Amino acid sequence: MSHILDLIKSKKLTYEQIVLSLAQAAENTLDVLHIPEKTAYYFEQNAIDDLFEGNAPYRPRYVLPDYDKFIKEGSKFLQIDPPKDLDELLNSLMILYRHVPSITSFPVYLGNLDKMIDPFIEGYSDEEVKKKLKLFLNYIDRTITDSFCHANLGPEDTRAGRLILEVEKELQNPVPNLTFKYDPDITSDEIAELALNTSLYCANPAICNHKLNKDTYPTDYGIASCYNILPIGGGAYTLSRLVLPKMAELAEDVDHFFQTILPECLQAMGDYMNERIRFLVEESGFFKTSFLVKEGLIQEDRFIGMFGLVGLAECVNILLRDSGKRYGHDKEADDLADKIMHAIDEFVANFPAKYSHITNGRFLLHAQVGMDYDKGITAGVRIPIGDEPESLSDHLRHSARFHKLITTGCSDIFPMENTARNNPSAMLDIVKGAFALGVKYISFYEKDGDLVRITGYLVKRSEMEKYKNNEVVLQNTTHLGAPNYDNNNLKNRKVRGI
Amino acid sequence: MKRAPVRRIISNSLVDGPGNRTAIFLQGCNLKCEYCHNPETQKIYPYKWIDEDSKEIRWMTAEEVFHEVQKDIPFIRGITLSGGECTLYPNFLEELFLLAKEAGLSCLIDSNGTIDFSLYPKLMEVCDGVMLDVKAWDEDRFKALTGGNNKTVKKNLKYLADMDKLEEIRIVCIPEEVDAEAILAGIKETIGDKVANINLRLIKYRNHGVVGKLKDTKSPSDAYMDYLEKIASEKGFRYIKRS
Repeated sequence: MSHILDLIKSKKLTYEQIVLSLAQAAENTLDVLHIPEKTAYYFEQNAIDDLFEGNAPYRPRYVLPDYDKFIKEGSKFLQIDPPKDLDELLNSLMILYRHVPSITSFPVYLGNLDKMIDPFIEGYSDEEVKKKLKLFLNYIDRTITDSFCHANLGPEDTRAGRLILEVEKELQNPVPNLTFKYDPDITSDEIAELALNTSLYCANPAICNHKLNKDTYPTDYGIASCYNILPIGGGAYTLSRLVLPKMAELAEDVDHFFQTILPECLQAMGDYMNERIRFLVEESGFFKTSFLVKEGLIQEDRFIGMFGLVGLAECVNILLRDSGKRYGHDKEADDLADKIMHAIDEFVANFPAKYSHITNGRFLLHAQVGMDYDKGITAGVRIPIGDEPESLSDHLRHSARFHKLITTGCSDIFPMENTARNNPSAMLDIVKGAFALGVKYISFYEKDGDLVRITGYLVKRSEMEKYKNNEVVLQNTTHLGAPNYDNNNLKNRKVRGI
Repeated sequence: MKRAPVRRIISNSLVDGPGNRTAIFLQGCNLKCEYCHNPETQKIYPYKWIDEDSKEIRWMTAEEVFHEVQKDIPFIRGITLSGGECTLYPNFLEELFLLAKEAGLSCLIDSNGTIDFSLYPKLMEVCDGVMLDVKAWDEDRFKALTGGNNKTVKKNLKYLADMDKLEEIRIVCIPEEVDAEAILAGIKETIGDKVANINLRLIKYRNHGVVGKLKDTKSPSDAYMDYLEKIASEKGFRYIKRS
């Protein structure tokens, strides 16, 4: 109870942040999930981690409404007719966003904005559209106070897409997180270069390899939250993660890791995720009551379970500590990492996942990016900060190798020298090469910019400074970003380019 | 195979021509510019000579250099040979470019223009373009600034423009020291309306790394750079970049 009183007395949280924290505290007084002893043991060891999703799931972790359907049909529940012009469109979306739940209670997916907006801007001048976009985007930034909120652009080159990029560069907002879906066969070099150049001013958008991600599901995909590749009209029920370095610490040696620790953790986490999904679908009221479900904006059969993993690098480095071989540098270490990934993949490919129709009853792998409380645990399959290979080319080849098995989101982040701003075509060359080799998702920011990408989400350095000085800040994610920036030495990320 | 003294290979250079490129810096220069930013690359070494200053230099064959370049494929669109003055090693360049072309890479030369390109037709066949420094138009001024002569630079300017191999013209702008206006007028007089299709880069002088007599000279003002850009534009240049 003192935790609850601490929340109420907090001088660092906004009113909204306190309310959300109190809701979570209330949820966590319950004990409704069946958790076997062995699973509880691995949770205690932090070898598996439910990412504080809460003790009694009452909404899916990530929800990706079918906004195209909403634009076409409006919403009976919200008493909104299909929008007929740009003002009506933007206003309708602003209303709907308010009602899209997620694990953060804020919408994590805002739609493929350029394609949604483009049909409505004919007849308006660029300046008129930009003014409306600024109002719309600022509303989002100031009311969705959590940068695990994501909008998509591309892969087509649209006028709306170009205008959104221009406005983004000016606004410098951390919300929404933006991703441009890039496919060299569809996307023009001009808009791809504009997108990349914009990212060197405001760390947005990231670039998604459309070709490699578009067939993940039988339906279209969206990028939500950090960079989760999920089915539109559905989303993710839950995400748990294997904390691979903690698992390695429990192992006596490599054999013990493969024969005991890894299989036990895989089984424990698979069962646990099924238990969460069972409760959400069968016992919580979400899928029975949500107007999003009733109006077909989301469907239960388009939700999946994300089977996360984090810290592949440290896991391998711990298992090979006697030889000193390192992930990202030594063949033996990378081959071991590959073997671990294949073992996890094989388990997931055969483990029956509940209520996961769109994936034929299977979970999908996700490269989880870490939490603010992680120390010495590198995001997903990335190479640790400070230990990056000297050559960007070597780094990207490594990324391509380890992005391969991960289907619901895997990314790398590169801070760039200021000179990159003068050579957008060079940035596109790097992306083209990386994507051709199999890199699935990549993002850049200019090394001295105010906006910095923490793990997948954006935070302003200036806001982190305020938070560290005990000031109240607007975005929840600043609370996560500030310790993460320090704990994981983000300032030491290797800067690329010359 | 000829070996050339390689001072440095930069695997992802964003500043040595269009797109992402591997830049190869060869040791040795036939000029001694007062504002040289890489004075350590000036000294010309006899084959495989070693001294205190040359330890970083690797005498490499074109094949050996290409082996390094290959590590950056497919992230690069080409290579840029720079220096020093890379055209002091024309046979090496030709061999390296042949290998790079086979791999689909574009091949650029960054040059001070004092070696006559027309003497190396085979090299020019495999070279996609030259980024040519025009350091001064007046001969005495050129001599004072670089210790060399600019007759060949002017000849190359015309030759490369006629061959359609002039990727970029570069002018380092230092008021009082560099006759930038005369350079722009001279270029226009030499290659005429071709200026409309050639990149011009106006480089703001910065004294970082300079050890010559201009080491304390300040950068020109933005107003001066604006003024030069306006003049260039009046001469018919359409692709003007500043850095």
